[in-house]
Amino acid sequence: MQNTKNTTEFNSETLELVNKIIRRYPKGRQKSALLPVLHIAQSENSGWLSSEVMDYVASLLEIQPIEVYEVASFYSMFNLQPVGNCVIEVCQTGPCWLKGSEELLAHFEKKLGIKPGETTADGRFTIKTVECLAACGNAPVIQVGTEYHENMTNEKADELLSKWTAENKCSHTNPYL
Amino acid sequence: MSLIKVTIDNIEVEVEPGTTILNAARKIGGAVVPPTMCYYSKLEGSGGKCRSCLVKVAQGSTKDPRPMPKLVASCRTAVMDGMVVQNITSPEVMENRRAITEFLLLNHPLDCPVCDQAGECHLQDLSYEHGLVDTETVEERRTFAPIDIGDKIKLHMNRCILCYRCVMVANQLTDQRVHGVLGRGDHSEISTFITRAIDNDFSGNMIDVCPVGALTDKTFRFKSRVWFTKPFDAHRDCPKCSGKVVLWKKGDEILRVTGRKDKYGELEDFICNDCRFEHKENSDWVIEGPRKIERHSVISQNHYETEVRNRSNQSQ
Amino acid sequence: MAQQILLNNIEVPGLASFDVYRKLGGYTSVEKTLKNFTPDEVTAEVKKSGLRGRGGAGFPAGMKWGFIDKSTNNPRYFVCNFDESEPGTFKDRHIGQLNPHQLIEGMILGSYALGARTSYIYIRGELFYVLRIIEKAIEEAYANGFLGENILGSGYSLDLYCQPGGGAYICGEETALIESLEGKRGNPRIKPPFPAIVGLYDCPTVVNNVETISALPWIMNNGADAYSAIGIANSKGTKLISACGHINKPGIYEIELGLPVEEFIYSDQYCGGIRNGNKLKAVVAGGSSVPILPAELILKTAKGEPRLMSYESLAEGGFETGTMLGSGGFIVMDDTTCIVKNLLTFARFYHHESCGQCSPCREGTGWMEKILQRIEDGRGTMKDIDLLVGISKHIEGNTICPLGDAAAWPVASAVRHFRQEFEDHVKLQKCPLSK
Repeated sequence: MQNTKNTTEFNSETLELVNKIIRRYPKGRQKSALLPVLHIAQSENSGWLSSEVMDYVASLLEIQPIEVYEVASFYSMFNLQPVGNCVIEVCQTGPCWLKGSEELLAHFEKKLGIKPGETTADGRFTIKTVECLAACGNAPVIQVGTEYHENMTNEKADELLSKWTAENKCSHTNPYL
Repeated sequence: MSLIKVTIDNIEVEVEPGTTILNAARKIGGAVVPPTMCYYSKLEGSGGKCRSCLVKVAQGSTKDPRPMPKLVASCRTAVMDGMVVQNITSPEVMENRRAITEFLLLNHPLDCPVCDQAGECHLQDLSYEHGLVDTETVEERRTFAPIDIGDKIKLHMNRCILCYRCVMVANQLTDQRVHGVLGRGDHSEISTFITRAIDNDFSGNMIDVCPVGALTDKTFRFKSRVWFTKPFDAHRDCPKCSGKVVLWKKGDEILRVTGRKDKYGELEDFICNDCRFEHKENSDWVIEGPRKIERHSVISQNHYETEVRNRSNQSQ
Repeated sequence: MAQQILLNNIEVPGLASFDVYRKLGGYTSVEKTLKNFTPDEVTAEVKKSGLRGRGGAGFPAGMKWGFIDKSTNNPRYFVCNFDESEPGTFKDRHIGQLNPHQLIEGMILGSYALGARTSYIYIRGELFYVLRIIEKAIEEAYANGFLGENILGSGYSLDLYCQPGGGAYICGEETALIESLEGKRGNPRIKPPFPAIVGLYDCPTVVNNVETISALPWIMNNGADAYSAIGIANSKGTKLISACGHINKPGIYEIELGLPVEEFIYSDQYCGGIRNGNKLKAVVAGGSSVPILPAELILKTAKGEPRLMSYESLAEGGFETGTMLGSGGFIVMDDTTCIVKNLLTFARFYHHESCGQCSPCREGTGWMEKILQRIEDGRGTMKDIDLLVGISKHIEGNTICPLGDAAAWPVASAVRHFRQEFEDHVKLQKCPLSK
């Protein structure tokens, strides 16, 4: 089962954080808080942004919904479709490729039985390919939530997958906390 | 304020300080005017994106005569006193314009035979004047399904060249923009994201500012090729806009209503949707007389000036 | 050991905490500067130091500050570009993660010089864990009176905030960064006007790279002359080089500009030579966008002189036989590497990261990727190789921002120096290095 729960509205604690972020920008420039707030909204809504969630963010920041859609669809960290509980992002740019990212990706694909952009049937894992994560010295590199895992090997991938499966890893946590 | 002097393709012209190279060229007129696919003088902030108006600045100004290191977007570069610009006299400019045309066509479906814009399409004109006849791109094009945005406007995203003009119309003419550019890079698309009707009094102007057939008038869809219709200037008392329009008639029937465009294809006045979509009876209008279309497109010519020939050997 | 300005004390445990940093002499430059220097004197000092922008362009930092419009009462902004994402570049993360107070100290100095009362650190969204480290350090700086109202009783007040990006390399371009900071799509602005006149919220703004800003405390503590005494020609001071690829010791090294490339690659102090004793094939010396050079041209210039790690020496020979220092992202490839495939990953990167605003980059980057994929897969033709070069030429210089050039240069240079390898792909109808 894919987790597509959308509570949409933030609880008071999250709202407080959002208001704190809005206050960082000059009056009338609350749109500046859009990227931080989208990150929070995505983490609180199963790792993706539905149109309801984006409309809610628009109302919080007093901007038009289209302004949110334009931005959310521009940046690669925002998912506009449901994703699995744990999104594994595999870097595939030159420096990671030089150090075996293709083999690593193939290993994840084989282990999970899915291709990049797909989610396992149990809704646990999604694989996403990403471009340079700026950790090239420790290539190949993957990202899960706000964690980087560097100097990856197939063995390390196996260990992580077992661990994540055992603890039912969720990569969607409020990135500010 | 005193005028400043600029030379474009060896022709000198005096303009107000702050004038762009493009508008200085338009003041001269004729062949030295660079083509524009995204710039629109009536839309603030437009231009700079399509790069089809790139020109060479051979001398920056009298004070600093150094040439500019790169070609510049003439629509967004202000002239300086004593500036020397090369447009059609620069082989480098012409070569790059050909390349820009090719870039614009790379993902453009060549569906002109079924496109309502054919005949008044700026991309057609640009390709005719600057494109290669024997381009050999074998690449697959990106595709999107055509959608309705409201009951009067059709969006063929496949044809869009991402000039952003329609977004600016919505930003600058209406209170509430519901469409925009979504996605990134060559996956960018004009969209409302979720199906939302674009519904306000001036949305129809998006059709007129669109340089290609990405936004077309559904009330005119597939009714006629534009060159089989005859344009007439007409007006009516309209509480919302100037009411000054062009009626496109076949026989006595009004097939389409548009704003009045100048020789660069720009609207003289934005018109309201009432005038554009809801008044198709002759009795609705005071007809002033036939309109002369100044743009050298097929509508006014109804024939090709020169034989279409293979120009590939010139461009090598 | 080269003079360590940026990585000084970097191995000290707990350096990211205020107390440890402060005990090692941290924030003394703020005390000194707010007391003894006017803002314009700080700018003059930075100009004199010869410090150049470390994000890649190498523009003199002090000169950039000098352009800021101080003629109006509009607020002015100082923004840190922490959108590190040029493939091969991973130096800023190192500073942010291990020594955030040095960056904050630099932010205070720069903000003071420019007269900014609010400053932002824009960090790529992927590095949220570094953002959290920096935010914690900012809190400590507030608590200790180095940020906020009336810093150290000087009358100067500054607020400093962190802002995450959302995953877009283009936001490393300063006007795209400003747009993103305003909560918009990262579309670069058409210049002029430059940010120094019309920047964040239409106010005068300076955007500097993390490494540039982190060098400021040392410069203010030790003086411009001490800084400019390090280095060679117009390459003053030290530079972080992030070295990766097929070397024995990938990592981040602080070098004095002027170090011979050969020493950098083969010395145990730095990269430690090529892995498995393999032969060096090629190097991309300054991040993925700079021209790739074959072994013989990266070690020695076309004139046969030793190539040095400096702005001038790496550029020696122009694009025909030279390259650029760029961001210091040093990617080393051994003789098992397929140049075409490596280039394909770069082309895919630039295609993925093109904002899509202007037509040459939007259309050209994807086109180049498709052709390279074809060649790599053995479906390419000889004509494709020339087509590739033609496209790169028509993107270069014709775009709104430098991403177009960044996409074009690797392609043009790879074909220039490794044409045979492209032709082999076509002739064999497969990658000659594939197993």
